Amino acid sequence: MSTSTTAVEVQESSLKSAAHDYWAKVKAGDIGALPAVLGLLVLCIVFGSMSSVFLTPGNFANLLTQAASVIVIAMGLIFVLLLGEIDLSAGYASGVCGAVLVILITDHGQPWYIALAASIAVGMVMGFGLGTLVARLGIPSFVVTLAAFLGFQGVLLILAGEGGTIRVEDKTVLAIQNSNLSPTLSWAFYIAASVFYVLLGLSRINARRKAGLKAELIKLWLIKTVSLIGISGLAVFALNLERSNNRELVSLKGIPYVVPVILFLLVIGTFVLGRTAFGRHIYAVGGNAEAARRAGINVKNIRIAAFVICSSLSAIAGLLFASRQNSISPTTGGSSTLLYAVGAAVIGGTSLFGGKGKMRDAILGGLVVAVIDNGMGLLGYAAGIKFIVTGAVLLVSAGVDAISRRGSAV
Amino acid sequence: MTEPILSLRGVNKSFGPVHVLKDVNLDVHPGQVTALVGDNGAGKSTLIKCIAGIYTPDHGEFKFNGQVVNITGPRDATALGIEIVYQDLALCDNLDIVHNMFLGREVKKGPVLDESAMESLARKTLDSLSVRTVKSIRQTVASLSGGQRQTVAIAKAVLWNSKVVILDEPTAALGVAQTEQVLNLVRRLADNGLGVILISHNINDVFEVADNIAALYLGTMAAQVAKNEVIPRQVIELITTGASAGVEKAGAK
Repeated sequence: MSTSTTAVEVQESSLKSAAHDYWAKVKAGDIGALPAVLGLLVLCIVFGSMSSVFLTPGNFANLLTQAASVIVIAMGLIFVLLLGEIDLSAGYASGVCGAVLVILITDHGQPWYIALAASIAVGMVMGFGLGTLVARLGIPSFVVTLAAFLGFQGVLLILAGEGGTIRVEDKTVLAIQNSNLSPTLSWAFYIAASVFYVLLGLSRINARRKAGLKAELIKLWLIKTVSLIGISGLAVFALNLERSNNRELVSLKGIPYVVPVILFLLVIGTFVLGRTAFGRHIYAVGGNAEAARRAGINVKNIRIAAFVICSSLSAIAGLLFASRQNSISPTTGGSSTLLYAVGAAVIGGTSLFGGKGKMRDAILGGLVVAVIDNGMGLLGYAAGIKFIVTGAVLLVSAGVDAISRRGSAV
Repeated sequence: MTEPILSLRGVNKSFGPVHVLKDVNLDVHPGQVTALVGDNGAGKSTLIKCIAGIYTPDHGEFKFNGQVVNITGPRDATALGIEIVYQDLALCDNLDIVHNMFLGREVKKGPVLDESAMESLARKTLDSLSVRTVKSIRQTVASLSGGQRQTVAIAKAVLWNSKVVILDEPTAALGVAQTEQVLNLVRRLADNGLGVILISHNINDVFEVADNIAALYLGTMAAQVAKNEVIPRQVIELITTGASAGVEKAGAK
């Protein structure tokens, strides 16, 4: 590496130098969200041109609710992946927590919020157990969570009982994945979210300017913001179209409730990871645990906390599963769920080696996985082919991750 | 001569039956670079780990600024203003320079990190050390060269108004030009009024920047002498045999 960079302060940045900076970042192993966004775009164009159903509002809404649980599990996994650990039990953890939720509502007549609180508490306890085994006893997370994967599967089987499925009829629970904001509320939500996003960006740029620091190029920020707001505007427009097959009987339009739920989790997660000392410490432990320890960070507690967060988010995913399937079964959160969630995080740009990743990766990657699953399903491919393609995409992403890491190693 | 900022008397440390440090004395003066030399296994690492609070000495007296102090953990040492820059630097590659400099001691506004304040302070510290080799302090440490990493690690140590900075072989893995840069930086630390302990195997480096030289030999302090009173051959003799003609034995005075 060249070190002859003397006082070349690139203060007056232009779009060109921003592109240059980005390329330098790519070379340093930080590709950002671009590959996942481009991949998503290409997939949508390919499936859109091959299937007449793919680009309909109905399928779009369906896609979002399909992707929701995997996205939420992936969000939790990112905390663990950032440490360079893995949680293979996150899928069945969501199944167990979902079962706790449904049993409390259906068998014990509890209101949904108490049941949800209880299921999240169960998730926290499970995460605390896993995290303690990993952090305090030093058992590799792969082994601990592999054992938990089997164990939780067993617990779910026992909870679901002989009958196999437990139905849920609570209106609130069902609404999350099956009902929509009214079109007016959808637009109101869209406008509120956009204003929030713009104000956040402006205040950040403003604060840096005030402190006399190099701020993000306003032109670049505008391009990003306008395209993001534009694309989500199109999405809201599409979701506000009537998508019911039987209009006289039932009307289906608006943003599914699960979308604001996920955006809420995104905002909280991004805030925690990016703006708090706790989040910074998670990155530090993932980057160099020894350095973090010497800096006075309680590495063990950070590890335990990450597993607690992961399992708690799995509990929320359990709610989404229960809502979408109207029930919980012994396979809830099983089969490909966990692998899709890990795939979502990695495809979105989170590194399996720890220290690199963002909350939004879960959404981008989760959408890629869901689009492949959904699009290939519409084209009539068998499940086998879908798994092979998803596996290949995951492999490519992990490969890109590994290679970009090699590029950054000095 | 000024009063020592840090003064050790009769420090002993054993690990089981192994007596690693035997009645070690050491004085560190503000504004001076004290080179700590010694062969492998002489006890250099153990000694600095005792100063940094990672090990607790079995007995011995620590004086800081003339006051007797009791260092029982790393936090005590940092509270006094003693910072240590390890040989392996202990930086997080995935974080940028500012994040690394403030790791574990982040500046916060309520629950939120105050990035602007941290960046300004980091900038100021690097400027005070006349560091001009770093293009952007928002680049990740992974993208830095060995000398730049060393610079960041040192800047991290002086960020907190530290009084004593211990550098563990800062030039061990560096090329010629980068070694020169880092040695200049070490000199500037002392010129800024800090007490600097420099551990080094390189006699040339030691003679280039140190004001006085403390030589450990098999766990005992062979001698602590002013640099201009000795020549390199004598220091090498102190390191390898524990004594040298014309150098007063430590503790003899």
